[in-house]
Amino acid sequence: MILSDGDLQAIWLTLRLAGVVTAILLLIGTPVAWWLAHSRSWFKGLVGAVVALPLVLPPSVLGFYLLLAMGPNGPVGDLTKALGIETLPFTFWGLVVASVFYSFPFMVQPLQNAFEAIGERPLQVAATLGASKLDAFFSVALPLSRRGFMTASILTFAHTVGEFGVVLMIGGNIPGVTRVASVQIYDHVEALEYSQAHRMAAIMLAFSFLVLLALYLWRSDNRKRD
Amino acid sequence: MKLQRIFISIFLTLFFSTAAHAEKITIAAAADLKFAMDEIITGFKQEHPGNELNVTYGSSGKFHTQIKNGAPFDIYFSADIAYPRELAKAGMAASEVKPYAVGRIVLWSNSLNATKMTLANLSDPKITKIAIANPKHAPYGKRAEEALKASGLWDKLQAKFVFGENIAQTAQYVQSGNAQIGIIALSLAVNPELAKKGGYYLIPDKLHNPLEQGFIITKLGANKPLVKKFADYMGSKKARSIMTRYGFVLPGETASK
Repeated sequence: MILSDGDLQAIWLTLRLAGVVTAILLLIGTPVAWWLAHSRSWFKGLVGAVVALPLVLPPSVLGFYLLLAMGPNGPVGDLTKALGIETLPFTFWGLVVASVFYSFPFMVQPLQNAFEAIGERPLQVAATLGASKLDAFFSVALPLSRRGFMTASILTFAHTVGEFGVVLMIGGNIPGVTRVASVQIYDHVEALEYSQAHRMAAIMLAFSFLVLLALYLWRSDNRKRD
Repeated sequence: MKLQRIFISIFLTLFFSTAAHAEKITIAAAADLKFAMDEIITGFKQEHPGNELNVTYGSSGKFHTQIKNGAPFDIYFSADIAYPRELAKAGMAASEVKPYAVGRIVLWSNSLNATKMTLANLSDPKITKIAIANPKHAPYGKRAEEALKASGLWDKLQAKFVFGENIAQTAQYVQSGNAQIGIIALSLAVNPELAKKGGYYLIPDKLHNPLEQGFIITKLGANKPLVKKFADYMGSKKARSIMTRYGFVLPGETASK
């Protein structure tokens, strides 16, 4: 095998992190995107701006605030203490929380676009046919926006795989817990183990490219069929 | 029209702004030097006014890689003399490798009284997170690992370790309260900012290899007179007294503690 056990462990951890984050964001991001797509409140601009923040914020800003907030002296730290669980930095779930923030716009924005593209009409028709709002969402909106869900999930997953700065700041580089693939590569480079760094970096490059290629091919294929 | 002119002038300023300095040098320094080097640079600037000295602090291993790949540093202070030695061997140094200090590691905490502790106390179940620098590439992390191995604690404590990217981040993990205790550089622990809360325990240096630190002038800095002056300044009485105050043992001296 060309990859060491440590490398495989880092890759598996990365995939697990990205999977968990994508699942959580599907649950949280969908209602937010729905609300953003349909609300006419002045509040909408504010929420939209907050959702987009991680796109422009340096990871060091996010990492710094999360480290302080989730530490034993921060508000989130107080909460976790009250719940009787350990503080979040240097844990897998700490990375999950950080990544949920960090990847939030990658889930919400494609979904919001998809919901907006459906428009009000199909929902009004569903309503006149006697469907409740929830029923209309699951039997009309959801199937119509499956492409948006696909795009959002893939982008969220891939973006979480590509995370580095935030993880470096709050992860503590623990093997099997917070040492994800990007950090493992960084460690190889720092330790001058270029051949190992090359192998993992090449895998990451190929993975990212293939994911995006699949997404774009699938999208253009869909567009042709429409 | 007016707007256009404003844009053009902004553009020109952004791309072609240069400060009028007599000379400008760039220093790469290991993270353990953070506080000591800041003071040394201030002192040097007073004696050589009008010059610009830029310093970047980080992990010695990273600087080594960066310089090897053409990073624009004129002089490189490493926490492990092995890195500059390797650069010299690769023909990338314009000076001999000069030892400038020997570092020490300490157990430091700002929530526990580390002055009354020894390494054995790390097994205390109340301590759940111990921060050390990454032994894979950070010199202080390597020495921490050696000391813990020599004390027979390394394997027992595995589950408690969190690894800082360099020694400054390791200290920051402790300072923010996310790790209760850490093994950091003495030169950081004596800084007033860190010393005002908690305290440190000096880890006996017989438990680990010496943290011999060295610097080189890089090829890039070879022809800059100011670099040479700064290298000489490191051996001056003033610079040496700053280094000693930060707990470094200097070449040609024996440890006082």
